[in-house]
Amino acid sequence: MNLSRASEKLQILADAAKYDVSCASSGGNRKNENKGLGDSKANGICHSFTEDGRCVSLLKILLTNHCIYDCAFCVSRKSNDVQRAAFTVEEVVDLTINFYRRNYIEGLFLSSGIFKNADYTMERLLRIVKKLRIEERFNGYIHLKTIPGASEELIKEAGLYADRMSINLEMPTEAGLKMVAPEKSHEDVKKPLHFVNQQIQLYKADTKLIKNTPKFVPAGQSTQMVVGATPESDMEVMYTADRFYKDYSLKRVYYSGYVPIRNDDSLLPSIGSQPPLLRENRLYQTDWLLRFYRFQVNEILNAAHPNLDPEIDPKLSWALRNLHEFPIDINTAEYDMILRVPGIGVGSAQKIIAARRFGKLRTYQLQKLGIAYNRAKYFIRCADTPFLSKDWQPQQIRNFILGSSHGKFQKAATQQLTLF
Amino acid sequence: MEIYVFDDTLEGLLTLIFDWYHRKPGPILVHSEKHHHPSAFHPAFEVVTEAEKASRVARGLQQKLTQAGWRNFYCTFLSEQPEAFQHLFQFAVYVFSGVENPEDNYGHDSVLYVSQMARKVEREKHHLEAFIRFQHTRDGMYYAPVEPKYNVLPLIARHFKDRYADQPWVIYDHLRRYGLYYDLQKLDLINIDFQKNNSTTLPVSISEETHEEMYQFLWKDYFKSTNIESRRNIKLQVRSMPRRFWRYLTEKQI
Ligand code: SF4
Repeated sequence: MNLSRASEKLQILADAAKYDVSCASSGGNRKNENKGLGDSKANGICHSFTEDGRCVSLLKILLTNHCIYDCAFCVSRKSNDVQRAAFTVEEVVDLTINFYRRNYIEGLFLSSGIFKNADYTMERLLRIVKKLRIEERFNGYIHLKTIPGASEELIKEAGLYADRMSINLEMPTEAGLKMVAPEKSHEDVKKPLHFVNQQIQLYKADTKLIKNTPKFVPAGQSTQMVVGATPESDMEVMYTADRFYKDYSLKRVYYSGYVPIRNDDSLLPSIGSQPPLLRENRLYQTDWLLRFYRFQVNEILNAAHPNLDPEIDPKLSWALRNLHEFPIDINTAEYDMILRVPGIGVGSAQKIIAARRFGKLRTYQLQKLGIAYNRAKYFIRCADTPFLSKDWQPQQIRNFILGSSHGKFQKAATQQLTLF
Repeated sequence: MEIYVFDDTLEGLLTLIFDWYHRKPGPILVHSEKHHHPSAFHPAFEVVTEAEKASRVARGLQQKLTQAGWRNFYCTFLSEQPEAFQHLFQFAVYVFSGVENPEDNYGHDSVLYVSQMARKVEREKHHLEAFIRFQHTRDGMYYAPVEPKYNVLPLIARHFKDRYADQPWVIYDHLRRYGLYYDLQKLDLINIDFQKNNSTTLPVSISEETHEEMYQFLWKDYFKSTNIESRRNIKLQVRSMPRRFWRYLTEKQI
């Protein structure tokens, strides 16, 4: 490999790939049984963090940024005046293997602009993953983009080598997408998502009957929506996410705050405007409430509340709107209800359930368990809580919590928050 | 109150627990040799490590604990924190007291301590699995120097052996002066005292054939290009990747 040429390509093609925010390397379980290279476990690893605070887990690159399409939101669009480059199959394999051997990465995230046509592009991607798996005996993680419009045979074969496949919805609604990419539609995404999901379910059924059924996209599928480029409400974003989770058994939906890349377009925010990071964070929190906290999407977002509250997280927001459900008694409440208390996470909720079998929990014990007590205290009772505690109004609690975590909101505007 | 002193090993601590049941001295202080200072007020009892006693206690604990509970015990031991040993002792006594599912009682001080300390040790293990950087040296070896906060090399051995089954490698703990060595067949502990290296340059030279410098260079390119400047958030970067790891991170070298 020639260093200066490889270096130039890497800069161009990593730069063009970075707006896809998915970084997960989880859900793979390829054991290193062939004494080859690599082993992927269910939990992915972030090997580094860039200055934007994002996780670096996979070598995330485009095979090429040549593209026949002209999607307004994309740096690789045909009409954009940028340097173009393309890796060879060998170069991608070489970089992946050598980065992996040095413990820089968990694997490869390979995407591509569409050059010539969908099948031609998909076929190249397929050659790379095949070479990695078969010739290099590589068991690391591979996330492969499904190219919309590629033939089912190619997609099906690629699924035998990839751990995860994804296709991006790009914009949360069909109308939004049509605004910025008239050539595209959600239907083009649904079809291959459905096809791959169908295959996954088939292989799963086979695995139960026949041992040694080959793996097919074992880490499942994901998708990404760009938020803040087109005018959707949070409700529209999350209802779409919820539907796609259910219809295609997606493992993850990613929300990517739009990073402005052009000044010449009246449709999209222009360079210099901040990406909507706080909004993005609130959407992720909502996503977590759906996946791990047993909330229904319409409890959090509905016609009366079409947008998430920027000041407080969606769990607290729900609790304040539903104060009649609280306070709950920590020593008797059901797990599902403990999960809904602001300031109590999944881990602490489980600890509470385990510990209270040994005797009634008191306030000091609860504080030590690692819950955010100052937040939770308005919503719970312990063994030693005095019976006549005060009846606070939602607005008062809101002010207390915002007051005690002072400045968090302002800071939040520029930084990604932890989840709860 | 008597001070029981053991020899810093897990077997030593387990022997100590055995001796306590045998000698019945009432409440004691547990010190490891490394942290022990003789006291005028508390007489010291030197525990003599015995494999037979240790394995009886280990078996007893394993019977009464879940697998995860026993792992937490081991992880807390590897934390090497002075107060950890006292808690492990109290934890063991509580486990042997006959309550059911003792490790679930997070209202108990030592039970909570062990579960929380074990989590910290597991986090350090995870950090190491993430932030170790191998360099391909002239003799074909992949070499990684580390300085973990807790003694986690025993915990990461399996992970690296599974992952890098087709390349020889060494992971060397500069603080505790020992390392793991995998030679394509088996894994060994090595005690060679490498000269402690204050820069992150290699102790052994790298060659043209391994292209080590080229891949380091390309990795740094990648690291820079994948960053999104308008999302700059150094605080989050540092929180996720504590600065103490940076000196060994290829991408953080100029
Ligand atoms: S098809 Fe993909 S790469 Fe091409 S312009 Fe559209 S989003 Fe960008």
